[in-house]
Amino acid sequence: MSQATPLRDAHRALGARMVDFAGWELPLHYGSQVSEHHAARAAAGVFDVSHLALTEVSGRGARAFLRRLLANDIDRLGERMAGLYTCMLEESGCVLDDLIAYRLANDHYRVVSNAATAEPVRAQMRGVARAFPVRLQAQEGHVTLAVQGPQAMELGTAVAGSVIGPRYAAALAALKTFNATNEQGILSARTGYTGEDGFEIYLDAAMGRAFWQALIDAGAAPCGLGARDTLRMEAGLSLYGQDMDATVTPLHCGLKWTVAMDPPQRNFVGRRALEAVWEDPQLPSCRGLVLKGRGILRAGQQVLTPYGEGMVTSGGYSPTMSASIGLARLPKGRYAECEVEIRGAGVPCAVVKPPFVRRNRILVDSE
Amino acid sequence: MSEIPTELKFTSEHEWVRVEDDGAVVVGITDYAQEQLGDLVFVETPEAGASFVAGDVCAVVESVKAASDIYAPVAGAVVSVNEALQDSPELISDDPYGAGWLFRMTPEDPAEWEDLLDSDQYGELLES
Repeated sequence: MSQATPLRDAHRALGARMVDFAGWELPLHYGSQVSEHHAARAAAGVFDVSHLALTEVSGRGARAFLRRLLANDIDRLGERMAGLYTCMLEESGCVLDDLIAYRLANDHYRVVSNAATAEPVRAQMRGVARAFPVRLQAQEGHVTLAVQGPQAMELGTAVAGSVIGPRYAAALAALKTFNATNEQGILSARTGYTGEDGFEIYLDAAMGRAFWQALIDAGAAPCGLGARDTLRMEAGLSLYGQDMDATVTPLHCGLKWTVAMDPPQRNFVGRRALEAVWEDPQLPSCRGLVLKGRGILRAGQQVLTPYGEGMVTSGGYSPTMSASIGLARLPKGRYAECEVEIRGAGVPCAVVKPPFVRRNRILVDSE
Repeated sequence: MSEIPTELKFTSEHEWVRVEDDGAVVVGITDYAQEQLGDLVFVETPEAGASFVAGDVCAVVESVKAASDIYAPVAGAVVSVNEALQDSPELISDDPYGAGWLFRMTPEDPAEWEDLLDSDQYGELLES
């Protein structure tokens, strides 16, 4: 049985091709995912991401609980209302999920994690929570929207003004990057998964439907999972289940920067395992690939470098660059070229540093 | 509903086949197939002169979603391929039965064409 978001009928009315994603019925595209991709880069796109798992963490032990649970340190947020990108690890150091934890108040946080990992993540949270005075509450039936693109803030502010009210619109308009507001108990944060400006907002079902419709009426392009994937890949952002999973640590998948080893006395789950491999010279390096020959990069393809073999972890077509790009786990070393095996033949690739595209500008040499 | 021209023959793998006056067959993918695939971004056509038996993988069509193999609908030799697809794979989405054709082959046995599905049978396949 697949779960539906409160916007399922709205997607169908827009002619969406619906697919199953981690047990959720979600739009893949509304006709052309390439057009949706361009709309999010050039103007504004809106994504229904209500499948993301929300867990409210509250109580006087909330902060200490998150400092034990998460590989990044929630204290990095200080007193700000903002989101922290982090991995949740197993004791083995392997990545159970990547997520954003929002600080709403001193003793109140919201954890936004992936749909596919919702069960193991909640089991881990319950287990760790036993040692802390903390309350965990899963949120169901809500609408989460991601509004992305150079016009996202302008359109979103106007819509927030009409659907929620002028006070909310003002709070949204004033948000700095990664910061959040919980004005009127409605969370939104200036963040996203596309490399464009924009925000994510968490609404109840009725207001979520109204917000979605108002955005569409105002000219935001409805965008599906297909465009979400090509946009995040161009932005060099990892996807759980592809670029990392429970077989690798954050050090193996380019997420070392999200692990807070300081202060050394903070004993988060997985810390000991990471300490053992922290300086390992054999750790792979996560790089971007731009295909120079014919074909399309796909996850799982073998990569041959001057320093040994690697693997494409995400691959596809970049609409902005009109080229095939990928993210890859490669041997460390200085090299700017490699070959990827496509249907039995080695096809040349340039090795680059992601992101490929940010704010609708190509940042890597795509010639 | 996707378009199914009545003058063509079809395979269960969603290819269409048209017989030309000179006995050659032209092969492409159906409107249904291109709709299922989504935006097309890359086509690998066979080499002219290559020979295949029916069911051999002879081309690859890649969409934003995935790579799909194209099978030879009948045995024969490829005489020409649609070079325009190299730069414009979207021709397949825009005009699957016309400008989006993939390749032309000379069949080994002209009668093999008769074994393919007609438009009614292909229509039934899509509904089943």
